[in-house]
Amino acid sequence: MAKKLMKGCEAIGEAAIHAGCRLFFGYPITPQNEIPEYMSARLPQVGGMFVQAESEVAASNMLYGASGAGCRVFTSSSSPGISLMMEGVSYMAGAELPVVIVNIMRGGPGLGGILPSQSDYFQATKGGGHGDYRVLVLAPSTVQEAADLVIDAFDLADKYRNPVMVVGDGLIGQMMEPVEFKKTIKPEELAEKPWATTGCAGRERNVINSLYLDPEQLEKHNWDLYAKYQSMAAEVRHEDYNTEGGCDVLIVAYGTVARIAKTAIDQAREKGLKIGLFRPITLYPYPAEALAKAALGAKAVLVAELSTGQMVEDVRAIVAGRRPVAFHGRVGGMVMGPDDLVAEAEKLVAVPA
Amino acid sequence: MYSEIVLAGFGGQGVLLIGKLMAYAGMKAGHEVTWLPSYGPEMRGGTCNCTVVLSDKPIGSPISKRPHALIVLNLPSLDKFEDTVRPGGIIVVNTSLINRLPRRTDVTVVPVPANEIALELGNARAANMVALGAFIAASGLVDRANVGEVLKESFAARPKLVAINEEALRRGFEIGQAHTTAVAAG
Repeated sequence: MAKKLMKGCEAIGEAAIHAGCRLFFGYPITPQNEIPEYMSARLPQVGGMFVQAESEVAASNMLYGASGAGCRVFTSSSSPGISLMMEGVSYMAGAELPVVIVNIMRGGPGLGGILPSQSDYFQATKGGGHGDYRVLVLAPSTVQEAADLVIDAFDLADKYRNPVMVVGDGLIGQMMEPVEFKKTIKPEELAEKPWATTGCAGRERNVINSLYLDPEQLEKHNWDLYAKYQSMAAEVRHEDYNTEGGCDVLIVAYGTVARIAKTAIDQAREKGLKIGLFRPITLYPYPAEALAKAALGAKAVLVAELSTGQMVEDVRAIVAGRRPVAFHGRVGGMVMGPDDLVAEAEKLVAVPA
Repeated sequence: MYSEIVLAGFGGQGVLLIGKLMAYAGMKAGHEVTWLPSYGPEMRGGTCNCTVVLSDKPIGSPISKRPHALIVLNLPSLDKFEDTVRPGGIIVVNTSLINRLPRRTDVTVVPVPANEIALELGNARAANMVALGAFIAASGLVDRANVGEVLKESFAARPKLVAINEEALRRGFEIGQAHTTAVAAG
């Protein structure tokens, strides 16, 4: 298939269709409106259905219903809208329902702004809603990767019967890059879901529920979920860039910031400073083992995020004091430039060990 | 080849469109490309800009704080971005709407009366295409034939507009040829 020049948001929508998803429920919010706009045009063309719900809360409960009925289903929103959806996400995690949620993050808290941000890392990776649960979190840094990961997200959601979240920011959503879709799945080719509520004629009744009033049952359910989250460790993904043979400073960054770091790495090379990049692609589960290895190959670690410091907490826990870990963050929709990252890295190597 | 280009003007002048055409033509030529619009809250009547990066290698940052080239269709855009252009770079200035030339002496300046030429051709809205033509001639970064091709594709739904836009591109190209320079860097 020839590459097409597409906006990240459009590529995300088209990828969902290539993954065999025919249902979208959502509510508009900047900077991801091109996703519902695209789905509202495309889904009727392929026999699907687009519903603009009356609110994000309603949309998340529509997702619950459609997923319980065994359908591949998808929504997208941006930070404040994702917060509203958290009730449904927690219920879907409890009822073990697969769903794909895209969060094109914007600055917060509250309504915040509409410009790029990574300040929902905690919400995405530590559960987000109430209860002891986790969702798989994928963080693309190019339009192509956004398309690939959205397709993978549907497979992972079905595999683990769990919500999967794809997090980007306005840059990933609004930017155009060449993209091609690696596979096309027809809905009728998808594996059957024997647990779904599809009509029980001739078989036992299936129940989709997250209510367990018996504490012994609920405790067992919690530990079963825990074991499932532990098993997701098999899905860790990351990218190493310019780390072979060790480096002076290892930048740890994901999404848009990782791209800025790559440009910084090229600039630093001209100055004789070797910077490497560790880019987690799965934010949950976190590629901890690979990060520890990359960090030990560097003299110092610099975590760069569009937040006041969220992923840096995980990085510090993994590096566990074996290397100094510094932080550089921009917030409110401001984005650091490659020069800023080079300057931060230079500061780290200038400090006597 | 690696080049960051900022295109800026009023909302409605078509800077996003010519940025897309440039990125699309770059993709056709086998380059890596990114096109990034400013999507801040400034909309009608405000400044509007986009950044195109063309490269032979995978592109890191799609944001440019120090572009190699700048195309400006109105004065606020020249005021805002003039100082960001790298030394040795190129600035295409729409002299129909901008009553001063860039102060920079370390860049190649390509003055183009884009609106006047577009009006002469019968459609003021083709001014963006005049500026694009001047840029591709002066910079040599994008193949003119590829731009012509993607222009036809993007106006496929309105074929009447193809001829005038092609003509606008050609007129701009002629002006740009007088300022041929090498802006591709790094």
